[in-house]
Amino acid sequence: MIRVFSSADVWFIVMAVRWTLILSAIAFAGGALGGLTIALARTSHITVLRRCAAGFIQVFQGTPLLMQLFLVYFGLAVVGLPINPLLAAAVALTLHASAYLGEIWRGSIESVPSGQTEAATALSLSYADRMRHVILPQAMRIATAPTVGFLVQLIKGTSLASIIGFTELTRAGQIVNNATFKPFLVFGTVAILYFILCWPLSLLARRMETRMRRAITR
Amino acid sequence: MYHFNFQPVLENIDLLLHGAWLTVRLSLMAMVLGLIVSVAGAVAKTSGIRLLRWLVDIYVEVIRNTPFLIQIFFIFFGLPAVGISMSPNTAALVALVINVGAYGTEIIRAGIESIPQGQIEAGRALALSPLQILRHVVLKPALRNIYPALTSQFIYLMLTSSVVSVISANDLASAGADLNAKTFASFEVYLVLTVMYFLLAAGFSAVFAMIRRAVFSYPASR
Repeated sequence: MIRVFSSADVWFIVMAVRWTLILSAIAFAGGALGGLTIALARTSHITVLRRCAAGFIQVFQGTPLLMQLFLVYFGLAVVGLPINPLLAAAVALTLHASAYLGEIWRGSIESVPSGQTEAATALSLSYADRMRHVILPQAMRIATAPTVGFLVQLIKGTSLASIIGFTELTRAGQIVNNATFKPFLVFGTVAILYFILCWPLSLLARRMETRMRRAITR
Repeated sequence: MYHFNFQPVLENIDLLLHGAWLTVRLSLMAMVLGLIVSVAGAVAKTSGIRLLRWLVDIYVEVIRNTPFLIQIFFIFFGLPAVGISMSPNTAALVALVINVGAYGTEIIRAGIESIPQGQIEAGRALALSPLQILRHVVLKPALRNIYPALTSQFIYLMLTSSVVSVISANDLASAGADLNAKTFASFEVYLVLTVMYFLLAAGFSAVFAMIRRAVFSYPASR
């Protein structure tokens, strides 16, 4: 039965933003942990670690996010877990974010002048102290703009979770569209909601980048 | 314990290979058309005509801040409501071109802005026509400067194109979905698909490196 596109439908879609945000937050938190690990492994002096991290990044940046989602989704059954769209989406997006953030942060760590590492070593700081007090704080300043930029990509990426059946913003739109058959209005509304989530972050990333560039050229 | 069974996938590998060819074709068309849109967008944005710049800005921001999945839903399901209907394959191509055009516009704009003003003046001093200046003095060195960014965007486009399977346009991912529906060997099917996409990305990357050596290997100005 086709019904009209009412305010209740708009409300249903707006409320689904919550799940898009929750999924993005999980993936970002997990991706931050994974990304830091990958970035440290990628810049370590142990060859095996460096190679593994490089391989991880290459695999996740060289394959579609959609395939990663499907693989994790069906992979849950392979390892004997019940199929769960939220778990699958969270795991896949976390791995995806780990690879991208790992690569961004590797670049940031490497852009800290090597004299800093040498000075810290000369002061006989351990690896952990060197990273924590000398390298990472400086790398973090360089990393913030591209990290915020990646957050936009991640939020957009969560829309693919709808394909494996997790009800976030995109899937809420599909559900409402199936009931009301007003695709122009429904997907227009969904697009506007994504835009409201992403645009401020894009602007923020761009402002940070300009400020950073000005600080470097000065 | 899960028993892996690659037999049904390997028996139907020709279906997947055909799908891979469709993805290559779709991506190539989207890259070429997307490059045209990107150059047009970048030239419009740096043209100094305010209305044009404003329109391109809206286009770029809207596309870059909404998911590709919603863009393709809007084009395939939404546009028929205002009288524009397309087949799944056409909608897929249109969506990909519009999407990559927005990212490409920004990349090429950055390239054009990286060309020093003096170089354009030098072109004028050599009595080149505005079109010649745009082509030889601005676009070619601009493309060379942003070639790595542009080609990685193109590879990302090829990976993103897997999403067109949701409107059942023909590509590698939908060949995989068909095979999955036929064999139920889901994990195996998607594992092979993922490997194939990885190989396609590596292949594109190798071809782009070859093109770079052939076209942009002249010495830099410094």
